[in-house]
Amino acid sequence: MDYSLHLGVDGTEHTLTVDARTTLLDALRDRLGVMSPKKGCDHGQCGACTVLIDGRRQNSCLALALSHDGAQVTTANGLAEDDELSDLQRSFLDHDAFQCGYCTPGQVCSAAGMLAEADRGAPSAVTEDLAAEDLQRPELSAAEVRERMSGNLCRCGAYVNIVAAIQEAAAHRTADRRPAHDGPAPQPAARATAEEPR
Amino acid sequence: MRPFDYHRAADTDDALTALADRPDAVYLAGGTNLVDHLKLGIVAPDLVVDISRLDLDEVRELDDHGLRIGAMVRNSDLAAHPLVRRHYPMLSRALLSGASGQLRNAATTGGNLLQRTRCLYFQDASTPCNKREPGTGCSALEGFTRNHAILGASPSCVATHPSDMAIAMAALDAEVIVLTRDGERRIPVVDLHRLPGEEPDRDTVLDHGDLIVAVVLPAPGRGRSTYRKIRDRASYAFALVSVAARLDLDESGQIREAAIALGGVAHKPWRATRAEEVLRGAEPKRESFTLAAEAELESAWPLPGNAFKVPMARGAIVSVLTELATEPTEATELSRPGERTATTEGADDDG
Repeated sequence: MDYSLHLGVDGTEHTLTVDARTTLLDALRDRLGVMSPKKGCDHGQCGACTVLIDGRRQNSCLALALSHDGAQVTTANGLAEDDELSDLQRSFLDHDAFQCGYCTPGQVCSAAGMLAEADRGAPSAVTEDLAAEDLQRPELSAAEVRERMSGNLCRCGAYVNIVAAIQEAAAHRTADRRPAHDGPAPQPAARATAEEPR
Repeated sequence: MRPFDYHRAADTDDALTALADRPDAVYLAGGTNLVDHLKLGIVAPDLVVDISRLDLDEVRELDDHGLRIGAMVRNSDLAAHPLVRRHYPMLSRALLSGASGQLRNAATTGGNLLQRTRCLYFQDASTPCNKREPGTGCSALEGFTRNHAILGASPSCVATHPSDMAIAMAALDAEVIVLTRDGERRIPVVDLHRLPGEEPDRDTVLDHGDLIVAVVLPAPGRGRSTYRKIRDRASYAFALVSVAARLDLDESGQIREAAIALGGVAHKPWRATRAEEVLRGAEPKRESFTLAAEAELESAWPLPGNAFKVPMARGAIVSVLTELATEPTEATELSRPGERTATTEGADDDG
């Protein structure tokens, strides 16, 4: 049976009619012509279809489109602003973090979602002490990036460069955002000097 | 895929009513298992009732310091919740050990409990399977059984329950709150899933239309706890064997209580009650842990392709308990240096 569906995709609003069986991935690609998310396995195993649904990364192949009626969907296309690549996308280019490129839009969306999760303090399976009092933003070591990105397969095997690209983007965002989170950088140093005589 | 109607449930009553007279209708939550099964032809509903937007996504601390987890709380949100991390780190680690970041963002607490086995033959509609089509036979028995059960299986079915979250919840004495047409039921997580017996098509004790609305965790138990998962690759794979364990020592350093549940070994989360009995009052040392593991695994019925799971489970139980007994910790009863040395010596060759 057919149903009406409303989706925002990369900043453009769409209203369409879909069969109830339509996945979000098929709605994007076959109905709206948004070809950035890829159909790899179509069973949630490879991550090539990863998009951000209301800011959270998900496999669009396992999402029934109607279940996300009214959602804002961001694909890798939508991560660029005014045709300017995001830092994360630029970092994939700089590090040669792909070969054939088929998994790349999913990798980039997944990495964007993953960085946002880390910004919210989300732990991973390799986070040492989950019960630690300090639940701040975790350091994204190579092991953390690998674990957090394990839902995205790359059959070319570009993993080493993908990890490097994501770590660089993570470091940039840390530098960018530190003033907002921790106050101006010089202050702690000044305080430390003042306390030295004690 | 067979065509189906779609209905977004307005509230829990609406959901229950929608399934009441429709034997082929199903609930849809995160969809990570159901949508896959629709594509594989394992289920063919005529109506999909979407419960993903029901107002069941709250994690709330209870007056008794337990936790009530709404059935629509996403796995990623539950794993990252400060109260879960601080008071139930075993559950947080179990959740984070399952699936991938994308899947955990979609998968729900209720849906995770009701996910179905990843037995290759169950997922392949071209092969006989008593769970998928009762009476057709079990293709796994003489097939590829690396991922199959060693405990509580039957000649009808040797499939394993795939959840990590449920293993931790079994060890935590969690209860499931279920709405039925006759009212509310509270079911301990350890009693939610069934052993296969002659009816492997029934994963749980729930009836058609029953709706899980929450999971309740009792106040955190004493002592230290963790979850360890052994699998064929470091991430994003189902467990060959997993262990959720909590170990509590009394003032004299003896084991007051142990809570242990095993994953990857049975048709349901396997609460290791025999091991727990052996450990009550015992010394927290390797010999006790080995005796306990062997008592639990005495009834193991391995197949040629999964006999390795018996020593693997034994090693995992001993290793996890040794870690819980010996790791440096703030807990005063564990901080006596003599004990720590004695148990650490035996901890070097864990499987």
